[in-house]
Amino acid sequence: MKNLGSVMVAYMIGWGVFFVYFVTVARRTADLRKDVERLKQSLTRGK
Amino acid sequence: MSKVLGAAAVVILLSASAYGAFFLAPNELTMGFVQRIFYLHAPCGMTALAAFMVCFVGNLGYLFKREAKWDWLGVSSAEVGLAFCTVVLLTGPIWAKPAWGVYWAWDARLTSTLVLWLLYLSYLILRTMVDDPDRRALISSFYGVFIFLDVPLVYGSIWWWRTQHPQPVVFTSGGLNPEMRKIFYLSWLSLTALMVLLIRQRYELEAVRAEAQTLAREAEAA
Repeated sequence: MKNLGSVMVAYMIGWGVFFVYFVTVARRTADLRKDVERLKQSLTRGK
Repeated sequence: MSKVLGAAAVVILLSASAYGAFFLAPNELTMGFVQRIFYLHAPCGMTALAAFMVCFVGNLGYLFKREAKWDWLGVSSAEVGLAFCTVVLLTGPIWAKPAWGVYWAWDARLTSTLVLWLLYLSYLILRTMVDDPDRRALISSFYGVFIFLDVPLVYGSIWWWRTQHPQPVVFTSGGLNPEMRKIFYLSWLSLTALMVLLIRQRYELEAVRAEAQTLAREAEAA
């Protein structure tokens, strides 16, 4: 299995890019949801 | 719940395609084991072009309808397409070194793909420079329609010019062994499913961001 390392590295990079991107977007969405909740609460308190 | 099931289905599909690429695909005669990068590299390239096509539809949709949801679709698919294009540009050289003897060649396919990556990166950078959401959507939609011109150039480059990059083997008769073809289609399906999942996730982020901005304006006015 010559070049097994190259194939492994290619797949690890590929999956790594997608995993990091997925986690980053999920985290950014979760942070924004918290902001939305906080703003809703502050608006409700203001009324 | 449906999101969790969707993500689980994508993980199963990706695992099955990787298993097929590593353990079931026959060895290619001239390149040997390293040719298995093909099952990641080529479908990623096709999926990147599909994502940029979705971006183009989103940009056109915004220009005609002027509704924010089209802009959200545009930016979401541009970012996801850029992620796929990044994988193409990183896995290509890993395959090229043992196959060609060099990591990179400035041929038409490789160069136009790098230009495509830079254009969509600039699309995302451009969006960070405009504060007003309507103006940002309008400018980036015009720019998105313009930069899409590079997509047919990337696709057609291997027919129009002599390139180091191989000619297409998937949609040509006798290009791929039937076993290889099955695994290629499975990989393509799994990466397309991943693209849909990522675009949905990214679109949701834009929707939540718009809601947060509306609430922030209301809070400021109150």
